[in-house]
Amino acid sequence: MLRSVIYLAFVLISIAGIFFLIDYNLLAAIQLTVYAGGIIVLIIFSVLLVHHIEMRLEMASIAKRITTAVLCIVGMGVFIYTIFSFEFKMVDNKQTTTTEAIGERLLSYGEGGFILPFEVISILLLAAMIGAIVIAKGTKLMVKNNKPT
Amino acid sequence: MIIGLSITRDIHDWLYGAMPEWAASLTEMVLIALVYLGIFAVAGLFLVLLERRIAAWFQQRLGPNRVGFQGLLQTMADALKLLSKELTGTTKADTFLYNLAPYFVIISSLMALSVFPFTREFQAFDINIGLFFLIAVSSIGVIGILLGGWGSNNKYALIGAMRSGVQTISYELSVGLSLLTMVLLTGTLQLSQIVEVQKSGWLIVQGHIPAIVAFMIFMISGTAETNRAPFDMVEAESELGAGFHTEYSGMKFAYFFLAEFINMFIICAIATTVFFGAWLSPFGITESIPLLGVFWFLLKTLMLVFLMMWFRWTFPRLRIDQLLTLEWKYLLPMNLVNIVIMAVMVWLNLTIKF
Repeated sequence: MLRSVIYLAFVLISIAGIFFLIDYNLLAAIQLTVYAGGIIVLIIFSVLLVHHIEMRLEMASIAKRITTAVLCIVGMGVFIYTIFSFEFKMVDNKQTTTTEAIGERLLSYGEGGFILPFEVISILLLAAMIGAIVIAKGTKLMVKNNKPT
Repeated sequence: MIIGLSITRDIHDWLYGAMPEWAASLTEMVLIALVYLGIFAVAGLFLVLLERRIAAWFQQRLGPNRVGFQGLLQTMADALKLLSKELTGTTKADTFLYNLAPYFVIISSLMALSVFPFTREFQAFDINIGLFFLIAVSSIGVIGILLGGWGSNNKYALIGAMRSGVQTISYELSVGLSLLTMVLLTGTLQLSQIVEVQKSGWLIVQGHIPAIVAFMIFMISGTAETNRAPFDMVEAESELGAGFHTEYSGMKFAYFFLAEFINMFIICAIATTVFFGAWLSPFGITESIPLLGVFWFLLKTLMLVFLMMWFRWTFPRLRIDQLLTLEWKYLLPMNLVNIVIMAVMVWLNLTIKF
């Protein structure tokens, strides 16, 4: 089970590598911190807590495995065919997107600024954090609230 | 390519002159990789020696002093011994993950090593998000520790790995926030630019009080992130055997061991770069000799390494709950307040500049 998590980690790190190749460094580093460093570690933790190493997962039957393999190969074929048949336009990418530019765009309230989505997302995050605290406190919080009444 | 290694400008030109472009850039990459692997191995080994000598000094004994002059070759001999040792593995372990774990740890610290400006022109990868890249890469190393702990099918290793995960994840916050405090002052994440800013005074002087607070927080949480004493619950000998690397032997153990020391070096190098002006000499006394930058960089870093070793041999080990209390109830709020103070200071131009 943990192996599949590691394969997922490899996929996410490779995506970060692609971002590095197209010189989009900030997003690459975010990909590394948030996905590889955050989410993967979180998944590993949950696997560590619920799954013992000597537990083996049930293997699927051969018919199922063959079907999955065929479907995967067909899917990959479609992807590769599309990529190779599509005429990509070559973009002269000499310019590296700087963090400053992204930050200024994120906080500008003029034309094409992203201040509103930014604020909405921060409120969403705040709500999520409060929710997490409430869930983690669980019964303790309820008992406290019920007492004065 | 983005690689701008201009201390070897001659080699670079010669390579591109002698070979077609793809071959030249390939050779260059291989050369740089070899140089950094060399730095990695040698620095790791000598840090181990330094640690042992300093431990001996603190405990009033001599330490290793027989192999080579003053024991200088001791750790080389140890490395040879470890290389020739048998790799024992457990049959019930998950062999794939068990073997993969050391590489995660070692590759992440190697990647972090590549962005440091050792001197003006000696920097392999001057990326424009340097500091953020460092934080990102160092957050991957913990995966290796978790894998090693789970893959070896051993209770002590598993507990050690869990502790390590908890510790690294919580202290990463403090590392990030204290560096962010300094970024407010520099206004850039690129390490070479950060050094440029410090030409008018090292950041710890420029930012005075908040910078010193940030530095202290950084050193504490850096020590915790590398799992060193007094924060070494991960491998507490009296409780857990050897923690997450209990089942590892020979060279695989050495990988973990080396990576730990390199991580310590990395934390100190970050501190040097961000707080103490990297390769800049004090008061610019040797500005005319750029090669001395390496000397200054290493001198400052080694002084900080000494500080971390001093921590290790003077403080008793913390309990896990004390460790988490320290992070979440003290360091984190302090850090947040500190960021606000720093922002106000930068806004009102209260920084000290020469």
